[in-house]
Amino acid sequence: MRLYIDGIGLSGPGLPDWATGAPILAGRSVYEAAPVVLVPSPLLPPAERRRMTDTVKLALAIGSEAVAYAGCRAEHVPSVFASSGGDGVTIVSILEILASEQREVSPTRFHNSVHNAPSGYWSIATHSRESSTSVCAYDYSFSTGLLEAASLAVSEGRPVLLVSYDMPYPPALDAARPIFSIFGTALILSPERSGRSLAAITLALGPGDAAETAMPTAALERLRSGNPAARALPLLAAVAEGAARTMAIRMMAGNLLTLAVAPP
Amino acid sequence: MTPLLLSHFSLASALGTGRAQTVAALRAGRSGLRPCVFETARIPTQIGMVDGLDTPITGKFANYDCRNNRLALLALEQDGFRQAVGDARQRYGAHRIGVFAGTSTAGILETEQLFRRRDPATGLLPPGFHYRETHSTYSVADFVQHVLGLDGPALVVSAACASTAKAFGNAARMIQLGLCDAAVVGGADSLCLTTLYGFHSLQLSDEGPCRPFDAARAGISVGEAAGFALVERADRASGGIALLGVGESSDAHHMSSPHPEGLGARAAMDKALAAAGLSADDIDYINLHGTATQVGDAAEDQAIWGLFGDRTDCSSTKGLTGHTLGAAGIVEAIIAALCLEHGFIPPSPTTRQLDPALKSRYLIQGGNRPLQRVMSNSFGFGGSNCSLILGRAS
Repeated sequence: MRLYIDGIGLSGPGLPDWATGAPILAGRSVYEAAPVVLVPSPLLPPAERRRMTDTVKLALAIGSEAVAYAGCRAEHVPSVFASSGGDGVTIVSILEILASEQREVSPTRFHNSVHNAPSGYWSIATHSRESSTSVCAYDYSFSTGLLEAASLAVSEGRPVLLVSYDMPYPPALDAARPIFSIFGTALILSPERSGRSLAAITLALGPGDAAETAMPTAALERLRSGNPAARALPLLAAVAEGAARTMAIRMMAGNLLTLAVAPP
Repeated sequence: MTPLLLSHFSLASALGTGRAQTVAALRAGRSGLRPCVFETARIPTQIGMVDGLDTPITGKFANYDCRNNRLALLALEQDGFRQAVGDARQRYGAHRIGVFAGTSTAGILETEQLFRRRDPATGLLPPGFHYRETHSTYSVADFVQHVLGLDGPALVVSAACASTAKAFGNAARMIQLGLCDAAVVGGADSLCLTTLYGFHSLQLSDEGPCRPFDAARAGISVGEAAGFALVERADRASGGIALLGVGESSDAHHMSSPHPEGLGARAAMDKALAAAGLSADDIDYINLHGTATQVGDAAEDQAIWGLFGDRTDCSSTKGLTGHTLGAAGIVEAIIAALCLEHGFIPPSPTTRQLDPALKSRYLIQGGNRPLQRVMSNSFGFGGSNCSLILGRAS
């Protein structure tokens, strides 16, 4: 499958957005980790804005950034949300309440706990009745989300938004499932080249033993290997460099997703 | 879309294990709902519980042991389904068969139980927590893929109560694009405190059995179920039931309340009809989402009325199975397939007095009826909607 990346959103430690992150990932600026700052999306009405969790803030911020780069109307773009852990903070808070005597689960927490909460808030924020799905594939959630978004874009013959994100769990679950830092990235994938296209990518899925493509510096490699959504970093680095590169991202059951990235 | 065959399917719900028990209960209108006696839940409600889930998974899949995966395994073991997938594996190769599964809560029941036993000093969980194999939302696809010995693409769709309906869309796309030749579509959602207390807190659970489209309806009855279908291209398999259309949409309205005029539901049904190349009059029966909440049934009724008027028979089977949440899509797709295969519309015995404000042609009494095409609706939190159209394979 061949597609074009028409827009990118980015939020990670020391990578606050694509404009700042691209020269760092291209190796033209020095990477310095810094805390991720999450702000509520201005697109949501005040009542919904108050209910936004950090996961929703992250997903909406990067989704909006990618849509703005691509110059498309979010209302008309189907979306795929991919995350390994979903909203771990909300889930752990419910687990703590259920372990107490009272068991009074807050209705807002309950509806925020679903894996597709960011997809729901995105649809409300952008007034989009387009299809939106939310997938999970453990460590392979980014590559799986990318495959699904690419399939949808090719099937429908129009641009699709991919939003991939993961955040650390609170302590009780962090010990069992450590996720390094907050990270999210969003891509607008289009079956057609446009004036906005940043790169062309060709995806191929198949069995393979090749090692995953790593990041060249220790700090970025720690981020890539420590957060499922950050498996996107080699792809983002190739787009930022504007170079032709081929890379591998591991998928389930011994499969590899091979990505050939080239200037549009 | 190019029609796909549901060449084999199996399920386990409060109606029973396997297709024969399910058909018998559906025909008789025998509800699987009973007062909630589950784990330590103390909630005045009814549940659709599956019996026989007390035996742990042992052997090489022991780390996957949790109620959700036990339920998935129970469904896989019915109706020769595992054998059918094994045969398909021989024909296509393990890496050419995908697994597209859905769940909303995966194995969270076991995490809930471990949270009650956290170390009081450190707050850490006791030993025995298998995050990847039980808690992870992906765990059910991971488990099913391993049990069936498949190596193709796999994912979990977790879009609340539309999850396992939407998974048919993933399978259709990936098969169409040649990323796999066949797919196991389905999933499991099992009882847990998170959903029982969560729906209770939203005041969305009825104290008695849920009453879809009843004037006095007062909310859902949470159920649990698992189901799976082997989906193949029509030119490479045989079978009597085809998937004709999938339509997905979003409400763009509210996180836990549907669009009051059912605009998202309408969009999903319109898209499913367009995908199937059919019009509303081609549908013989609609298996509604029909969870029996006041606003949910009213919104779906508006959407149905707008598209079908009062011409098309419809009903909900939630009063029989309970609302099986993330599994509702696959359970009701299989119910639709069974209705097509056996030529009947199931009754809705918990509905006593139809709400006069609802205008669709809701059938309380089912009955024998030859059916060619059935629509199945699944809508969920986050305004996630999916309509499926199944038909007799031509």
